[in-house]
Amino acid sequence: MTAAAAPSELPDTSSEVPTRPNRKALMIKTVLCVVGAVVLIQMPLLMDRSTTQRLTQVLAIAVAVLGLNLLTGFNGQISVGHSAFMGIGAYATAIMMARHESPFILTMMVAMVVAFAVGVVVGLPALRIRGVYLALVTLALAAMFPQLVVRFSGLTGGSTGITLEDTQQVTTPQPVNDLFKSLTGSRLLDNQYRYYLALVVAVVCFVLVRNLVKSRVGRALIAIRDNETPAEVLGVNVGAYKVATFGVSAMLAAIGGSLFVMNADQAVPSEFGIQVSIELLTAVVVGGVATFVGPAVGALALVYVSDLFPKEHPEYAPVLFGLTLIVLMIISPGGIVGLAKQGWARLVRSRSA
Amino acid sequence: MLWVENLTGGYGPVQVVQGLSFEVAAGEVVVILGANGSGKTTTLRTISGMIHGRGTVTFDGTSLLGKRPDQIVRMGIAHVPQGRGTITDLTVEENLRLGAYVRADREVEEDIEQWCAVFPRLGERRDQPAGSMSGGEQQMLAIARALMSKPKLLLLDEPSLGLAPLVTREVFEKLESINRETGAAVLVVEQNAGLALGISSRGYVLETGQIVAQGSSEELSTDEAVRQAYLGY
Amino acid sequence: MMVTALLAEEVSALTNFLQYTFLGLQKGAVYATIALALVIIFRVSGILNFAQGEMATFSTFITWAIWGDGRVPIWAALALSLVVSFALGASIERLVIRPVSKKAAGNPLPIVIATIGLYLAFSALAPAIWGTDAKRFPTLFGEGSLSLAGASISYQTLGTLAVLAVVVGLLFVLFQKTKIGLAMRGVASNAESASLVGVSVGSVLMLGWALSSAMGCMAGALTANVGLNGALMIAPLIYAFAAATLGGFDSPAGAVVGGLIVGLVAEYSADYLAEVPFTTITFIGEQLRIFPAFLLILVVLLVRPQGLFGKPQVTRV
Repeated sequence: MTAAAAPSELPDTSSEVPTRPNRKALMIKTVLCVVGAVVLIQMPLLMDRSTTQRLTQVLAIAVAVLGLNLLTGFNGQISVGHSAFMGIGAYATAIMMARHESPFILTMMVAMVVAFAVGVVVGLPALRIRGVYLALVTLALAAMFPQLVVRFSGLTGGSTGITLEDTQQVTTPQPVNDLFKSLTGSRLLDNQYRYYLALVVAVVCFVLVRNLVKSRVGRALIAIRDNETPAEVLGVNVGAYKVATFGVSAMLAAIGGSLFVMNADQAVPSEFGIQVSIELLTAVVVGGVATFVGPAVGALALVYVSDLFPKEHPEYAPVLFGLTLIVLMIISPGGIVGLAKQGWARLVRSRSA
Repeated sequence: MLWVENLTGGYGPVQVVQGLSFEVAAGEVVVILGANGSGKTTTLRTISGMIHGRGTVTFDGTSLLGKRPDQIVRMGIAHVPQGRGTITDLTVEENLRLGAYVRADREVEEDIEQWCAVFPRLGERRDQPAGSMSGGEQQMLAIARALMSKPKLLLLDEPSLGLAPLVTREVFEKLESINRETGAAVLVVEQNAGLALGISSRGYVLETGQIVAQGSSEELSTDEAVRQAYLGY
Repeated sequence: MMVTALLAEEVSALTNFLQYTFLGLQKGAVYATIALALVIIFRVSGILNFAQGEMATFSTFITWAIWGDGRVPIWAALALSLVVSFALGASIERLVIRPVSKKAAGNPLPIVIATIGLYLAFSALAPAIWGTDAKRFPTLFGEGSLSLAGASISYQTLGTLAVLAVVVGLLFVLFQKTKIGLAMRGVASNAESASLVGVSVGSVLMLGWALSSAMGCMAGALTANVGLNGALMIAPLIYAFAAATLGGFDSPAGAVVGGLIVGLVAEYSADYLAEVPFTTITFIGEQLRIFPAFLLILVVLLVRPQGLFGKPQVTRV
């Protein structure tokens, strides 16, 4: 991934100056990608069960953050309602798997269709309403989703949620297990299988989003973000693009929700409230707005941040987290990826000097 | 009074102004002529502290570089920005009153009356939002507001921009009489060389961030290159 | 007999209506106060302060700590706490918001995240220091009530409305009659021009945050008699967002009207729409009767995207 080519709305002068795509930089990047891939694949085989589950959770959240980043980072529409789309995915999967014993992939597809439709409907007001006013509309969605779940308790299990029985959970399919056994000589555990499933889905989503953003459509999205009126003058159908982006973004959030349930074996309304919307937005910025690696980094930070703080006084952890966010924004508004870019630019500069 | 030497400034890595030197004496009207993008606006914004610059800028012997805009206003420099910068949500009178923000004396009301008399159109529209006025009226308001701070030096950024020729003429006539009556020095940057040279005593010509010619206004208006580039004959 | 029964029914309907109106106005006045605080910061700086509610909760804990269960008279404790909150708001602008804004160079997202950071820090700080149990907090205006057409209107309701009126009055005097108020309006309209006439934009922003913080402190003291805990302002903040959106985020008058409307709509719908699905909903333990209010706001925004009192945004090419 050529980080330097990622459109960033932050004037990051330090990284602009010396990044000529020289051969050495390209080589280092290739090596990093290969090492990254190997680590991602080896991870569940080396780690214990709970770590693997946590990493699967990171992947699920990363896909949702990717969706929000597409909307907020590349298209400039702030949503404080993506927890609801994640919840739609989660409940589509939970309901179908618990009540109808549907295969996971099918439930995920249903989740995508439903979330896309809801996303388009929610995106429609964006044609007229923008900025803080649109944020309020999405905030309303986030506030209402858990209430809707409780209201339809017959279908959703109300506030206690839905827990998947052992027989309903996602397990390693026999052929996959056989293949794995013939290759490595050992069984592929359920949590490992789930990790790989989430990894494949996440990688596909990341590649598709990256291709989308680098295409003509992506340039139109960025043009709309940077200045709507000239984009319209240049013949971009601003309305259609904005609504469609909302739909696609909601769809990605729903995929994240489906993966989340597949990993956690349950769906509870309190896990898809306003708090989660705020966390997703935080992850977008902490990772790096309008970058491709950012959502993954942001999701990782979100899941693991609590480990960074001292265990003796857990009640102060959110205070430290809040202060960390503020300090990060003062040091690097481009998030962790922005920070890494600054470091990288410094490295390249010092090498060539 | 204003002394600028080897001034460099611009936005981010782009240095729009590259080593300017010029001066304005007390009570004097000085013009800087330049085309679009030559660095006129950047020069003024560096003096009034809106953007950072390097080099030497002193006003009555005190360095201005590194000071905030509000500190510079308190030293006696008022800047009428490009596009006038009237505060459109406030009424005409409120704009004038805000112009006196740095003053602590009790003569603010009298001065509001005085400038409303000098610019009768402002007096007529005292309680209207500034945004409801025409471009020419807003330019008058911007100048009157700047004068409310009782400046020793008035900076004007293309006052003729977007105005009809007749209105522009009126603006420059007012400037001339204001300079005569208040004794405030005026530094005006312009593309409209004819009118600007008419009221100024000296001038500079700015091209791509550097001074390429200077002299008395008479010399400049007869200069071949200036005539071709800025006077169009 | 029939007639009197009908009459009695009508009278009790009127009594009920008045009762809900009083309650709606009381809650609406609190939402209006917080909405005003949000609008002041938004007007001078274009920032949506997600931490407004949690800052208010923290201020209320400070009031409670000074009060010390009656050791200090509550109004004296509140006065002191208002001063502390004022200073707290100013310091937050200076130490957090200004450095982040400077680095963000016009991008709103880092500032949004910084206010979320403040939100997280403040929401955890009060319970961490003072414990998570609900605290007893006095009723500012006593427990009594007046009777009006069969409905009772409590001193607390009257007092809350009076406080809103005083706050609005003071803000009016500040913005319309004082030099610094004029400077604040100047910065809100055109910060660059304001700085060119000598207004220190930084000081104006600090004052805006300080005022908002103090108003949050006031709002908290008006609601905390229901029991003070860390969740005190979570629901009111959402209502206040709704109120500011309805009124128009750049309009102080809109915030007040919006707050009262949202309070009333939420209260009426709790009763009159009790049988209609989705209209009474619970949220984090607190009744959140916000669905009808949200619906109303959505309709208003579709007709007037800038809110009831807001200025339409002008797009320039």
